Amino acid sequence: MTTVRMRPIMTRVAAKTGEPAQETAVDYAIEARSLRAYYGENLALKDVTLPMRRNYVTAIIGPSGCGKSTLVRCLNRMHELVPGARIEGKVLFGGADINAAGVDPVELRSRIGMVFQKPNPFPKSIYANVAFGLKINGHKGNMAEAVERSLRQAALWDEVKDRLNSPALSLSGGQQQRLCIARAIAIEPEVVLMDEPCSALDPIATMAIEDLIRRLKERYSIVIVTHNMQQAARVSDETAFLMVDQDRAGYLVEFDATERIFTNPSHEQTEAYITGRFS
Amino acid sequence: MGIVAVLLIEAIPFFGDVSVISFLTGTKWAPLFADKSFGALPLLSATALIAGMALAVAFPLGLLTAIYLSEYAPDVVRSTVKPALEVLAGIPTVVYGFFAISFISPNIVRPLFDSETIFTALAASLAMGIMLIPMVVSLSEDAMRSVPSALREGAYALGANRFQVSVRVVVPAALSGIVAAGLLALARAVGETMIVTIAAGGVPNLSANPLEAMQAMTAYIMEVAMGDTPRGTVEYRSIFAIGMLLFVFTLGLNLVARGFIAKFREVYE
Amino acid sequence: MKPSPPALSASRQTAFTRRWTSWAFAGVALLATAFGVAALILLLFVVMRDGIGGLSWDFLTSFPSRKPELAGAKAAIMGTLWVMSFTALFSIPIGVGAAIYLEEFAPKSWFTRLIEMNISTLAGVPSVVYGLLGLAVFVFGMNLGPSIIAAAATLTLLILPIIIVAAREGLRSVPYSMREAAMALGATRWQAVWHQVLPAGMPAVLTGVILAMGRAIGETAPLIAIGAFTSVFFTPTSPTDSFTVLPIQIFSWISRPLRGFQENASAGIVVLLIVLLLLNSVAVALRHVYARRRRW
Repeated sequence: MTTVRMRPIMTRVAAKTGEPAQETAVDYAIEARSLRAYYGENLALKDVTLPMRRNYVTAIIGPSGCGKSTLVRCLNRMHELVPGARIEGKVLFGGADINAAGVDPVELRSRIGMVFQKPNPFPKSIYANVAFGLKINGHKGNMAEAVERSLRQAALWDEVKDRLNSPALSLSGGQQQRLCIARAIAIEPEVVLMDEPCSALDPIATMAIEDLIRRLKERYSIVIVTHNMQQAARVSDETAFLMVDQDRAGYLVEFDATERIFTNPSHEQTEAYITGRFS
Repeated sequence: MGIVAVLLIEAIPFFGDVSVISFLTGTKWAPLFADKSFGALPLLSATALIAGMALAVAFPLGLLTAIYLSEYAPDVVRSTVKPALEVLAGIPTVVYGFFAISFISPNIVRPLFDSETIFTALAASLAMGIMLIPMVVSLSEDAMRSVPSALREGAYALGANRFQVSVRVVVPAALSGIVAAGLLALARAVGETMIVTIAAGGVPNLSANPLEAMQAMTAYIMEVAMGDTPRGTVEYRSIFAIGMLLFVFTLGLNLVARGFIAKFREVYE
Repeated sequence: MKPSPPALSASRQTAFTRRWTSWAFAGVALLATAFGVAALILLLFVVMRDGIGGLSWDFLTSFPSRKPELAGAKAAIMGTLWVMSFTALFSIPIGVGAAIYLEEFAPKSWFTRLIEMNISTLAGVPSVVYGLLGLAVFVFGMNLGPSIIAAAATLTLLILPIIIVAAREGLRSVPYSMREAAMALGATRWQAVWHQVLPAGMPAVLTGVILAMGRAIGETAPLIAIGAFTSVFFTPTSPTDSFTVLPIQIFSWISRPLRGFQENASAGIVVLLIVLLLLNSVAVALRHVYARRRRW
């Protein structure tokens, strides 16, 4: 699959992070550098450095409470919507710091899509759900075409094409989640963040979403949080393994090609986790 | 249930003297003249005009306040403003009536609109509007707060700003609750008595001009009750006929509002 | 580093307009909130401005008069006390009793549901309609005349739905395990309710009762409707006496053109608001006690 070998990056020196990103040879869609996230006084994530490659599926795995969700929510500045939440360190998007002064988080989020744990369609029609992001972002062009394209990409078109005006809440859970994916990709983001997108779904719906993820990576860079190791193994190119320390702060243990993480991990903790010796 | 029976018992004989049609469509209300006339339209139109204008004041202001409190305000502000508004909602309406004629009428309506009389439908509406604001705020803020935060997050993640999240996601999602708030406020306005009795003047007047004095349905009941009207006379019965109408209107509004609330709960609970 | 990196500043044309709209809207919404709060503060200020000056011991202890400077609120204050005492006497036992029945004993039948629906419907009926009901049933039907007892009965009808709803919520917040614990010790259902559930839910029930009383004190229209709009120059001595109450006294002063009476009205309002403020404070304090004791 991939030939690039990423060494465990937590050893990388923090002083290097201030430098521009252009010197990196490979093409990264989004990078976390020495990222620390806080909720009030509580440190939830410490010093995570994680470069995520363009057109790759990057999986983030780890036990519950290890800060996986917090990590992805820092990538599109959703983290700061929680009162008292703040971060230190950097997140680079296309080489630029997303937390720099002058960056509009609203614009940023229109370029980094997100799919949530539980499907959260708006209580409107199927069509209106997909069109919403286009409308608020001032889309000029054929709305119906854009909606159809997104629904096709999300592999939902055939199931809903005859009832675009029925309420989104009338769909099944798996369909709702694919609708949320269609909604996210309608505005053609560069990165799609998925926060345990299958945790509320049955196995068949999960399979459909996984198929979809594998196809979507041709057009988008995907970051997927999952507690399901098999899922990470099935869909991702690279995998990051996070653990939680005794202060309940999450940290990155290992980041490498998925194949290597699951067959020959460098860290004992990773091996213990993937072989199910603790959870 | 008893209410309906009592109102009917007292109101039915009235319709023996005055036909239902001339009651509902007559344009002249003159129960105390020698040549009596019981056309309720002047009272109905006054109630509709005053309640409608009051809602036109209270609903937009209340809704904006609710959006501000629910979507923008820091916790400290919300937890101070909301209870404060709720306490103020407990002020007796006779106080609002006093405010209408001692402040709104001489200091706002008169200088701005040059009205001839101190008793105007407009002054009553404005006072009533202020009275209704806390109710609209409280009910519609509750509705917006019960919109799941997952919907807000979904919209933020698509690059919506706070305005777009509030107006295009939260408000539509809470719409039936907000409509119910408006209907309940309207019901309250229709049944409100002291403000219109004090501030709107007591002249039955079929007019759409808010700068004139007029008599609302409730104010007419007050007028008869303050006089010495013997039981069994047609005037005495007329207040029950008017009361019956009031009851039907407010009950209807309440039932429809309850329908909206039920619909709202169905989606989110 | 550049403050606004090129990758992100390639902004869409709408970004500026969008941000502007958002700020403008936030401003408008804040303004609406400020307006509501300001209007209510203004109302309190205007009402109080003249009232504080008119407030004196004489005002509290004099009867109404043709001359505004001599007029006082004694009859009205005493009348309010009498009416409220009887309203409490009627409404608390009936209201709390109905709540206990509906919450603890009533079978889940269509009849119970009908009663519940009725109660919530009644809460939306205008108070003046209750006045008409009182006029037909108590004043004429039971021949009580426009008396204290007729007034109390009318107000009881008006606030019963409020008391029942609040008391039921109070009882519902007591966990079911407390009932089971009592009954496991051999208590009957009724003993469990009387000795355990009711005391535990009491602060919440009382809060509801006090708020309902606050509502009743300020009611004017239903009492005028039963014929209580009269000048009273004596303090009542029995529940069948005629009476006046503070809000009616205020209303009658408002209706007189003489400037002095307006000041009297103001002073009366101040008295009324102080009483309401006291009642509300008690309710808030109770809720506080309740919140602290509630450790289950």
